[in-house]
Amino acid sequence: MNTEQQKKIYQQYIKEVTPSHNIWMNMLKAFFVGGLICLIGQILMHWFLSMNMSKEEAGSWVSVCLIGASILLTSFHLFGSIAKFGGAGVLVPITGFANSVAAPAIEYKKEGQVFGIGVNIFTISGPVILYGIFSSWVLGILYYVLQMTGIMGGM
Amino acid sequence: MKKGTASIAFKQQPCILGAASVVGSKEGEGPLGKLFDQIEQDDKFGKNTWEEAESELQKRAAQLAIQKAAVPKPAIRYLFAGDLLGQSIATSFGLLEMNIPLFGLYGACSTMGESLSLGSIVMSAGYADYVMCLTSSHFASAEKEFRFPLEYGNQRPASATWTVTGSGAVILGKEGGIAKISGITTGKIVDYGIRDSQNMGAAMAPAAADTIAQNLKDFQIKPCEYDKIITGDLGKVGKTAVIDLLREQGYDIEKQHMDCGLEIYNEQQQNAEAGGSGCGCAAVTLCSYVLRMVEEGKWKKVLFVPTGALLSKTSFNEGQTIPGIAHAVVIEGKNV
Repeated sequence: MNTEQQKKIYQQYIKEVTPSHNIWMNMLKAFFVGGLICLIGQILMHWFLSMNMSKEEAGSWVSVCLIGASILLTSFHLFGSIAKFGGAGVLVPITGFANSVAAPAIEYKKEGQVFGIGVNIFTISGPVILYGIFSSWVLGILYYVLQMTGIMGGM
Repeated sequence: MKKGTASIAFKQQPCILGAASVVGSKEGEGPLGKLFDQIEQDDKFGKNTWEEAESELQKRAAQLAIQKAAVPKPAIRYLFAGDLLGQSIATSFGLLEMNIPLFGLYGACSTMGESLSLGSIVMSAGYADYVMCLTSSHFASAEKEFRFPLEYGNQRPASATWTVTGSGAVILGKEGGIAKISGITTGKIVDYGIRDSQNMGAAMAPAAADTIAQNLKDFQIKPCEYDKIITGDLGKVGKTAVIDLLREQGYDIEKQHMDCGLEIYNEQQQNAEAGGSGCGCAAVTLCSYVLRMVEEGKWKKVLFVPTGALLSKTSFNEGQTIPGIAHAVVIEGKNV
């Protein structure tokens, strides 16, 4: 009983009987929801540009608006339902990042400013920040080396 | 009297004098809604934090059970209780004011089976006149303990279960009451190497199958001896798995099998994915639906088998497998 062989058979069996969401449907929903968010961003962009802002300035304001909206939706308990429907469509843009910071902040407020919010606010986004910065550092070094050796042209 | 290798048949059969169930709003809207003693609309139960809310749940269930069983509180000699939170804080703070000697238990979601087993042993041995067995879980505190902050947006896989917000309490006495406990089978830790924490039914099904098979062997009976074989929170995947695992061993329980996790929510409307889970899932289903059916004589003898997944965030992150455990309690009607 309970041999390695049996365990393997069981694990294989579980793979067969476990239901999964329809990946194509999920991708379609994510595509539309993600697209919609980008569309809203683009509309905001045009609006800000029409107010004689520079392109960079308008871009920053678009980010601020999307982050702000995502945090508000999180605090009004609405973000979860949108994410359940839209999946990666809401999570991949900046809206998902904002939610991943706001959600622990709300959850851990009860444990205090330092040990609650302070310690836990980046529990979900921490890895993204750390490895995001790390990978840009690696790419930076690579770029520098390629430039030095003349394989890539300078700026 | 010892039976087989892991079971006891009680000579002095402890009686279930009363049971109470307190649940949250989602459970109240489910198919068992009308059977619960108390449905609270406020997810925080008037408290400040999720953990305090769960403590309040246990406290209310305990008080209600005492009322329903009509037993004076000081006569209860021991509490057998536990929950899912780290160091069982829902139990510690919820039962603080009870002022009754406590055995704090951890059996993950199998705790109701564990507490009833130990309570019955103590009762049957004559070391108490009354004991109370209870447990609780709360969706939000469990999410925080095992998964993500509540407001974090993510998609749950179809095999994930929804932790029940609820607490069930049972008071055991020597005579009278609505049902009796005639035996128990204590489960082993069973590990079939499942690592997916979003598929706990799969992780627990081998433990449930092991305990059910052990029970049938120890008592030398067939599954048809029971009107129902009730697992705790295997959900959709686990239900399929436990039936198939037992079939391989030559036991067909498909007709008798029922899973509390599949009874408590409406699958289509309440989007609980694979079903309900948590200590509270088995506990409130027992204290509302199961005991009522036994009391009314519709089921004469049932095997109640709450199932637990023995993981923590740390063990999961460190790449450990998810072992399971299941404790079986034989519950019979009074007029058998």
